[in-house]
Amino acid sequence: METIIDAHNISKIYNKESIPVYAINQVHLHIEKGEFTALVGPSGSGKTTLLNLIGGLDRADEGSISINGEEITQMSSGDLIDFRLKNIGFVFQSYNLIPVLTAKENVEFIMQLQGINEKDRIERVKLLFKQIGLEDKMDYRPSQLSGGQQQRVAVARALASRPQFVLADEPTANLDSASANNLLDIMWKLNQEEHITFIFSTHDQRVIDRAKRVITLVDGRIVSDTNQVPINH
Amino acid sequence: MWLLSLAWKNLWRNRSRTLITMASIFFAVLLSTLMSSLKTGIFDNLVDNMVGYYSGYIQIHQKGYWDEQLLDNSQEQNPILEQKMLKIPQIKGFTSRLESFALASSGDLTKGCLVQGVDPNRENIITNLKAKIVSGSYFQQGESGLILTEGLLRRMKMKVGDTLMLLGQGYHGATAAGKYPIVGVVHFGSPEINNSVLYMPLESAQELFGAYGMVTSYILQLENRRNIDDVKKEVLKISDSNLEVMTWEEMMPDIKQHIEVDSANMMYVQIFLYVLISFGIFGTLLIMMAERKYEFGMLLAIGMRKSKISILLLMESILNVFVACLLGLLASIPVVYYFHVHPIRITGSTAKAYEQFGFEPIFPTSTDSRNFLIQAFIVLCIGLVLSLYPMFQISKSNPVDSMKR
Repeated sequence: METIIDAHNISKIYNKESIPVYAINQVHLHIEKGEFTALVGPSGSGKTTLLNLIGGLDRADEGSISINGEEITQMSSGDLIDFRLKNIGFVFQSYNLIPVLTAKENVEFIMQLQGINEKDRIERVKLLFKQIGLEDKMDYRPSQLSGGQQQRVAVARALASRPQFVLADEPTANLDSASANNLLDIMWKLNQEEHITFIFSTHDQRVIDRAKRVITLVDGRIVSDTNQVPINH
Repeated sequence: MWLLSLAWKNLWRNRSRTLITMASIFFAVLLSTLMSSLKTGIFDNLVDNMVGYYSGYIQIHQKGYWDEQLLDNSQEQNPILEQKMLKIPQIKGFTSRLESFALASSGDLTKGCLVQGVDPNRENIITNLKAKIVSGSYFQQGESGLILTEGLLRRMKMKVGDTLMLLGQGYHGATAAGKYPIVGVVHFGSPEINNSVLYMPLESAQELFGAYGMVTSYILQLENRRNIDDVKKEVLKISDSNLEVMTWEEMMPDIKQHIEVDSANMMYVQIFLYVLISFGIFGTLLIMMAERKYEFGMLLAIGMRKSKISILLLMESILNVFVACLLGLLASIPVVYYFHVHPIRITGSTAKAYEQFGFEPIFPTSTDSRNFLIQAFIVLCIGLVLSLYPMFQISKSNPVDSMKR
């Protein structure tokens, strides 16, 4: 299997000058292409911090992180932004679509940042909206869409740049059961059919049940890392 | 282009905030333009009154005349110079004068007075003397009578048609003496002038003082007084080296100083206005940054460079400030024009003081386009400088901190 993320001995320490608090404590993490992985653990266990570190949003105080063989811990903040644009898709808990743009424009936005030409953008947008099942809502503003629909558009936006992997921070936290299941179906399908790698931080049992791999964090350390057969699939 | 489109859409995301910012800029441009136009209009009016009454915008004298205003420092009338002056396009017209002091005598009364020998037609064009006649008539062709100021006439206890005796020292020590009928009376607001000046035709004055073919000054009227320095340079080029060319500012430095002091005072008021505007705009920018902090974090997270976000914010600011400035500018045109046509009329003791000095008690606005453009430009610059603040905030932000709820 092809290794996408290789985090070696990483730590994130707050209050270094007074009483150090290890948000992430000497974690080793190895993610391969096509994984559907859930990071779980109680609040404050370091799930989001770990997601931020491997997503290049935050910097580790110790250790190193390689994405597709490229070391990101030493990159400048400008290079990291470019790296994220090309390699990582993000899905946030509260959708975070740009309210003044339509659903289609929100997805196109990432490709515009990448400098992709209009023809390719339009083709990709059509495909993504077909995959998320919202072809008829492409021209809707986020405020005209339900929470579940907005999160599906957020997934499409995350995939627009053809990233190496998608990081989803509590993607179902604000969704009702039906919307959450629908979203998970879409992500599962993308994972199965297009081998897109998804890494979730979650408390949601529905997400955990569908994950192929579940990594449990407690106090910034990985306390278990198990592969499982996803339920219902 | 897509960034510009996004900036425009973002501008209208929070309609109230945008409208408040725009309104503050709009009224800032409107008020500062009105204030600036009023300032320029008042000073222009003051200068026009002073210059129009007497001095003209530029005078040409024999060197030394202005410091020692004697007939012996007069110059010969110079038809070649006159022709050359008329060829300068910015000169609207000119007149020449022969001025000296004499004793006016009638019966037992003798008073000192300033005798102004004037070219009747040209003088009227420059100073509108004919309009100041309150009794009698203006000079007729070939007539050698006198026009007295109202106060002088009263002091001499005379009336139109009486004969006045003039005695004085003429050119190069000659004795000046003559008697002349009073043909008209003029009124001036300034008591000092109204009690001491009399006019006579230039030829009569030359004959009285024995200064044949001599004048003490040429008085120039300009098409546009803002070109005064250029015209002075042109006149200097065509003048003999024994002549001095003086602007009204050089002849009346106290007026210039008064304008400068008043102008500086009004500038403080304008600066205060600019500071108020700045706080207004800055306040809305602070609110905007607080409201959109999470969004900026998200944009950084998904891969939008800080420089691009800064450009986006700058575009939003430029659009906001530019549109508001433009609207303010357009709105100020009819307002300023209205107060130009219908000037603010002052009343009470201030009005009396103005009238005493022969000034119309009005505060007109100036329609000089520079007032509009400069004020709009200043406010535009304030807006753009303040828009550096969001850019600065973006430069030091990071996605994790920005996305903390």
